Amino acid sequence: MARRVAVAHTVTATVAAWIVGFVIFFPILWMAITSFKTELEAFNTPPSFLLFQWTTENYATVQERSNYLHHAPNSIIIAGGSTLVAMVIAIPAAWSMAFVPSRRTRDILLWILSTKMMPAVGVLVPIYLIFRDLALLDSRIGLLCILCLSNLPIVVWMLFTYFKEIPKDILEASRMDGATIGRELVYVLTPMAVPGIASTILLNVILAWNEAFWTLNLSTSEAAPLTVFIASYSSPEGLFWAKLSAASTLAIAPILVLGWFTQRQLVRGLTFGAVK
Amino acid sequence: MRTTVGVLLGSVALLAATTTASAQTALTIATVNNGDMIRMQGLTSDFTAKNPGITVKWVTLEENVLRQRVTTDIATKGGQFDVLTIGTYEVPIWAKQKWLVPLDKLGADYDVDDLLPKIRAAVSANGKLYAAPFYGESSMIMYRTDLFAKAGLNMPEKPTWDFVIDAAKKLTDKTAEVYGICLRGKAGWGENMAFLTAMANSFGARLFDEKWQPQFSGPEWKKTLVTYVDLMKAAGPPGASSNGFNENLALFNAGKCAMWIDATVAASFVTNPKESKVADKVGFALAPNTGLGKNANWLWAWSLAIPAGSKKVEAAEKFIGWATSKSYTELVAAKEGWANVPPGTRTSLYRNADYLKAAPFAKLTLASIDSADPNNPAVKPVPYVGIQYAAIPEFQGIGTR
Repeated sequence: MARRVAVAHTVTATVAAWIVGFVIFFPILWMAITSFKTELEAFNTPPSFLLFQWTTENYATVQERSNYLHHAPNSIIIAGGSTLVAMVIAIPAAWSMAFVPSRRTRDILLWILSTKMMPAVGVLVPIYLIFRDLALLDSRIGLLCILCLSNLPIVVWMLFTYFKEIPKDILEASRMDGATIGRELVYVLTPMAVPGIASTILLNVILAWNEAFWTLNLSTSEAAPLTVFIASYSSPEGLFWAKLSAASTLAIAPILVLGWFTQRQLVRGLTFGAVK
Repeated sequence: MRTTVGVLLGSVALLAATTTASAQTALTIATVNNGDMIRMQGLTSDFTAKNPGITVKWVTLEENVLRQRVTTDIATKGGQFDVLTIGTYEVPIWAKQKWLVPLDKLGADYDVDDLLPKIRAAVSANGKLYAAPFYGESSMIMYRTDLFAKAGLNMPEKPTWDFVIDAAKKLTDKTAEVYGICLRGKAGWGENMAFLTAMANSFGARLFDEKWQPQFSGPEWKKTLVTYVDLMKAAGPPGASSNGFNENLALFNAGKCAMWIDATVAASFVTNPKESKVADKVGFALAPNTGLGKNANWLWAWSLAIPAGSKKVEAAEKFIGWATSKSYTELVAAKEGWANVPPGTRTSLYRNADYLKAAPFAKLTLASIDSADPNNPAVKPVPYVGIQYAAIPEFQGIGTR
């Protein structure tokens, strides 16, 4: 009897999970389907779900009009690079705040976060002027810097909460064995914090990949990442839904694949890795 | 010895290669994502073939994003763009700020006098051309000739609002999902405000009086808004307040609107059998009036201009000269057919028999443009220039609210 209840529970939970998953994934699925429609079909009311003439012409048009292979590497460099730099800065920062807090640590943490409370557009013109004078407009390095800076607060906070979970006793033990701060960071702390660091990296890559305000405003063509590629297909006058969908599908494909693969690693890391 | 000569020759060749590379001028052109612009992008190779020293990089963005992006760059003199696509709203303001290079060297065969007078006036300041019109548009009524015939109605060439409202109510058949009139309802300057401000002009309203006092509480505005809301409730499609240009275009093309008042460029979409189910049943008429002398139509031209910060003015002038010339029109006609040439900028196009034959909407487009006067938009005198906008910097904010 108990077993039957358990089975029923599992079935209900599975079905519920699938439904929730499908609902969350539906917009992306719909976008992918629309990208295979003709423009006339994409606008049709009522819309057809699967029974229509499938076509890949939108992908051909999109590739003909704008070079995907120019924008995709830019996105990878900017998102990957900004995450890397953010990590190099944030790991020591979070370490010091988690393990050697001073009287002002809490204030500093709040102050770091407060920079995220201002809308980005408020500093657009000053940043634009600085970028102009440093010749950073439309450069990958400039975008890398600004995305790194804008994501740093979240990265520091995430790492701080992960590091806080690690028992101090382990660090003390390593110190007793004569480990220096550097060795302590690399050999003791980092391995234990891997799941936390990994999920922070993934989140930061996704944030940087999707960032549309700074990438749109500070790049023109050379450094333009995939956000600019998508933006060039949006239009208030004219039929561009299918092409926009094709461009969007192309733009999210790499990050979707990355998320897919790292998801397993992340879940494993979270359940097996940490000392709790 | 031989290797030395080889190395020398090689380096000379390399040097020569680098000099030609540096002689290349790379133009960065910012433009909107509209059909005619995309077509221009596709024809770039014709320009680069004729001007071997120049390469072209395109930045295509949606209208509102582009406006913000380009304004930031030009206000800070960022120098990121060499050619800008701007509307009639920006030209007088930016010219006054000295943000644009006057276009007086567009080439001998440019024929500036061929530009439609109303359009030319809209992109000039102090008698100088500050932007070259790429395509011009007004707004007009597109209607279903079959539904009108069935109901025994006859659309006059210059209909009044009373006629339009009456016809819209008669033609509405909610069980068959046919609605008398489709109008923009989505909030925003480029959306319903474009339509409402033009409609208000025909009702005798104005945005500001001569002393720059806002006039929105006046009886004319009230009448405009009450008429609009009542009409949309009685004869509009469901959910009209979320409809913009694209949504109405889809509705009209699907045969669900008996009338649609919108941009003249829509005419080429609704008469294109590849996109429209009612392509052969569309008629055109001037935007409605109330007998006060102003029709409910606007005037707009997407134009190409050179920002004052550009270091490649000469190459930019060459590009603008190419893209807005008569020979560009012929190039499009040869490659894509006459119906696809950018409309609304040149008198000669409306005298071209091939174009008039291919574009059944040409006559009404021209009449609509001619009937719009941005220097004199309202029935009463006003201190501003512009029909569905007032050419003051603050309007970007006002229009969106």
